[in-house]
Amino acid sequence: MMYGWIAVYYRELLILRRRLSRLLASMSVSPLLYLIAFGYAMGHKVVIEGHTYMEFLIPGLAAMSSMTQAFAIASEINISRFYWHIFEEFQAAPITNFSYVLGEVLAGITRAFISVAVIIVLGLLFGVVLSYDNPLFWAAIFLNSFLFASLAVGLAMLVKSHADQAMLSSFVITPMAFLGGTFFPVDRLPVWAQKILYFLPLTHASKAIRSASFGSPAHCSSYLLLIGIGLLFFLISISCVNMARD
Amino acid sequence: MIRIERLNKYYKRLHALKDIYLHVREGELFSYLGPNGAGKSTTIRILTGLTRPSSGKAFLNNFHIEKDRVKAKEQCGFVPQSINLDQELTVFENLNIHGALFHLPRRKRKRRIDELLEYIGLSDRKKTLVKQLSGGMKRRVMISRALVHSPKILFLDEPTVGLDAGIRRRIWALIKKIQQNGTTIFLTTHYIEEAEFLAQRVAFLDEGEIVAIDAPQVLMSKLGSWAIDKIMEDELETVYFSQREDAKQYIAGQEESFTLRRVNLEDAFLSLTGKKPK
Repeated sequence: MMYGWIAVYYRELLILRRRLSRLLASMSVSPLLYLIAFGYAMGHKVVIEGHTYMEFLIPGLAAMSSMTQAFAIASEINISRFYWHIFEEFQAAPITNFSYVLGEVLAGITRAFISVAVIIVLGLLFGVVLSYDNPLFWAAIFLNSFLFASLAVGLAMLVKSHADQAMLSSFVITPMAFLGGTFFPVDRLPVWAQKILYFLPLTHASKAIRSASFGSPAHCSSYLLLIGIGLLFFLISISCVNMARD
Repeated sequence: MIRIERLNKYYKRLHALKDIYLHVREGELFSYLGPNGAGKSTTIRILTGLTRPSSGKAFLNNFHIEKDRVKAKEQCGFVPQSINLDQELTVFENLNIHGALFHLPRRKRKRRIDELLEYIGLSDRKKTLVKQLSGGMKRRVMISRALVHSPKILFLDEPTVGLDAGIRRRIWALIKKIQQNGTTIFLTTHYIEEAEFLAQRVAFLDEGEIVAIDAPQVLMSKLGSWAIDKIMEDELETVYFSQREDAKQYIAGQEESFTLRRVNLEDAFLSLTGKKPK
């Protein structure tokens, strides 16, 4: 009963392995375009906080990509729920809600780490090397992906169709991806806007990932916030699994 | 083995199941028969944990389906109506995931999967992607998947829907074989001949209510042994007789065209509900 999560995670890994080449290609397209358009073409003379814009952009893209890929687990769950009905196999299995959520969240985290590896490789192609050996960099990536994968599983249990899922992505994830300190420093916006953006988890993830990749001192508050919100979303997701029953 | 007491299910204002009482004995092959929308799938979905009951109790091998949900689920295997295999994975991978979900150790899982694939005649398809299989093969894989953890109860929700007659009969033989090995089977179908051929007892379900439960022979014998169908303008009228001679005598005096045949389960269903089980 305790190890039900292994079966859920194992299934997601098998699917991931089968689609890996397609997934790597799709994970590379958007970051590559951002790096070419914003980093290389537009930002080559821009310096932010003593770093080139390319150096500034790559940690932001790592934050954004780990968020979107971890959240993408929601679409996978929806396809298995509404289209292939594979979710019924999990519902009929003697596993706890905790096991199910943990398996899916780990799958989201795995996707997120792969996407960050893609960003690092793309950054290397543009000659950018940051402090990737800093454990805090990977800790921030882990917390960011844990938070958004937990949110994704919870929402996937609540939505009633693919359309609902797409709407959530458009209204929640896309604005956050652009406004959460990924492409520009949040402190360049008016104070009132900064106050609003402070409530976005991605703002804190970008801050933590960026300072870790520059080897700067860690923002403890950002890490604590990501841990707190992540655990909250995880617990909510566990209770949402029952709501997916008719 | 399966005990249902005053089970009710509401979908908003729709009363989908009305005070269902049912007891299925250990090792029995029990069939739930009714038209679309009668509540067959709802009952199975409640028993397998996919749907919440609105009220009432149900037990699988004495485990309460809501209070001992995990234990109750361990008792049963479920083959849903729609194909819900992972199309991008192989036959082995699909069965292996199921075994892992039911906590079977890896070695035991592998051995059991080999046995089952041999049993359903698909050993040579072990490494084939599910999307490359025919509809009949997918059905057999789904049945074998539900058997990986050797359940005491097997729920089959319309297991032969959409399959041609030849494959359907092959699946019937497989279901019989599973029951002969001691598994209790709860089968829903709208194919009358399927229930008649397979089931030891049948429940007729109509608009969420059980209207009759008994052995197919008992339900049929209430009408007689022989039936005559006669076409009356747009309608088909059926008259029942205990003796063949009486039926022949009835035909002899009339000019219309008649069909003389044996009474079947569809006659019993029609006489009780006034509807065809489709």
